[in-house]
Amino acid sequence: MNIIVCIKQVPDTTEVRIDLVTKNLVREGVQAITNPFDTYAIEEGVRLKEKFGGKVIAVTMGPPQAEAILREAISLGCDEAILVSDRAFAGADTLATGYALSKAIEKIKDYDLIICGKQAIDGDTAQVGPGIAATLDIPQITYVRKIEDIKDGTIVAERMTEDGYEVIETKLPCLLTVVKEINTPRLPSLKGKIKAKSAVITSWKAVDIGAEESRIGLKGSPTWVLNIYTPPPRPKGQIFEGEAQVTVNQLVEAAKGLFH
Amino acid sequence: MIDYLLTEEQKMIRDLCRQITDEKIRPVAAEYDKSEKFPWDMMKVMAQSDLFGVYIDPKYGGMGGGVFELCLATEEFSRGCAGIAICYSASALGAYPIILHGSEEQKMKYLPSIAKGEKLAAFGLTEPSAGSDASAMQTTAVKDGDHYILNGVKHFITNGGDAEIYTIIAMTDKSRGARGASLFVVEKGTPGFTFGKKEDKLGIRASSTRELIFTDCRVPKENLIGREGTGFIAAMRTFDMSRPGIGAQAVGIAQGALDEAIKYAKQRKQFGQTIISNQGIQWMLADMATEVEAARALVYASAREVDAKVKDVGMHSAMAKMYASDVAMKVATDAVQIFGGYGYMKEYPAEKFMRDAKITQIYEGTNQIQRNIIGMALIKESAR
Repeated sequence: MNIIVCIKQVPDTTEVRIDLVTKNLVREGVQAITNPFDTYAIEEGVRLKEKFGGKVIAVTMGPPQAEAILREAISLGCDEAILVSDRAFAGADTLATGYALSKAIEKIKDYDLIICGKQAIDGDTAQVGPGIAATLDIPQITYVRKIEDIKDGTIVAERMTEDGYEVIETKLPCLLTVVKEINTPRLPSLKGKIKAKSAVITSWKAVDIGAEESRIGLKGSPTWVLNIYTPPPRPKGQIFEGEAQVTVNQLVEAAKGLFH
Repeated sequence: MIDYLLTEEQKMIRDLCRQITDEKIRPVAAEYDKSEKFPWDMMKVMAQSDLFGVYIDPKYGGMGGGVFELCLATEEFSRGCAGIAICYSASALGAYPIILHGSEEQKMKYLPSIAKGEKLAAFGLTEPSAGSDASAMQTTAVKDGDHYILNGVKHFITNGGDAEIYTIIAMTDKSRGARGASLFVVEKGTPGFTFGKKEDKLGIRASSTRELIFTDCRVPKENLIGREGTGFIAAMRTFDMSRPGIGAQAVGIAQGALDEAIKYAKQRKQFGQTIISNQGIQWMLADMATEVEAARALVYASAREVDAKVKDVGMHSAMAKMYASDVAMKVATDAVQIFGGYGYMKEYPAEKFMRDAKITQIYEGTNQIQRNIIGMALIKESAR
């Protein structure tokens, strides 16, 4: 079973700031890490490989320094790593990123499963995973908290919802996005670290993956960020105390007031 | 820290062990100290990261390093919890006799599972009446056809009961004294091999310490390590190699205590300022830091000497163990002092370092025995 894990290098969450002029994330001086949700994707990929055999290929799109998280992925048990990197990709939104990654995945060709973290902690969009599946036209199961079974080209997985979970069965190849409930990521192994240090990281440019120029980078990104701001905190709720008959009436009156 | 010019691989070991200590060990150290449960989950983390094999030849599934690599790992783990660290390094103590004196068959049979961390090892020498005077041991091994029959009791055995593979020293010929001792591998589950109660200890409480009880325990003759009568010398050679590891544990404890003391001194305010602003505290910390670094330098030098297979490493490894453990005790005590009343409370980490430090002055040869070794070596050297 060949598994592709899509990962992203992000600034360490606790230190993210936004440039008020450009509306972009300020990355300078902030430590870059593997998106924490992607570490669950790596772990799940490596566990599946240990169970079913095959290999795990880590893929990221980003600047050359994103190579660091690919080496980390190898130290955690991934077998190969591909860096999709080109100036032409700069300014990509989730659509263009999903497109570029899916072109890279098409080039890898031989895969049964794609695993992504549920979202990246910098943008928090949760769109790239589903975007890849849509572009590749393969099924997707988002917010997976447990893979129940994989056999005969079919996968059964539990998908978290706000009020419970759904069990979904679909055909392989498919794409999963995973939540942190799915596993506890391991720490790197010494053998893995030694391997990671000398591993050759494959690097693909836009032309290598046959990406259409109009669909990548800024050109391929219909998203325009007009403003980024911290939403005002939710106002405190009101608690009505006392006899039910009285408080229910108070509540109704208060609700009326909200809608007039 | 002084730049000890570590190789890339040694840096990886140190960094990985530091990561394990920060992310996994430190959060659970107080809990294991309290519950005295064996830290199997921590052993699993170390095994998964290939750390049980850092000192074992790749031929037997290890990473090919030596005592120095083992020291790096032990030191880092000890910064977080010396109890958890000793569960790890005591397995190496159990494995050393096999590495040093075992046959190829014995190495192939036992080392791979130790290197993978699938099985823990332990070393059994100490007996109720044979502590510093190891030659006074009473446990016997009597040859009977293809077997040896072991009878006797070993006590204070680290990893006792939790390890699977035991290297045991027993008398095959009592009339010959120390020259009548032999080493055996005894596996857990061998009929006649049972365990006594778990000891309730002052420190290193995450580690298990039990009696090993042999009652007509039949051990196949293939399990004899080396030849009959070489057990005592093998044990002494094992200690020559393992002492830097205790030194490394002591350095880790001392560094851990020092780190906590600095952190606390920077945040604790009295008389309107942080206590680290007081020259008195700075001088204490300066002494502590200098002693920790001196201990580390001595331990590293001694470990490297062992790995370089220098002849007669005994004196230097005794110095390393003795000095580092005395430093650990002093630094940990001073750390408690800097914490003041809070240092005496279990809610804060300082007192645990102090309790854990004490054992490093006692086990694998008390520091008085280390001084004997150094003294004897000085006499020998001066007679040349």
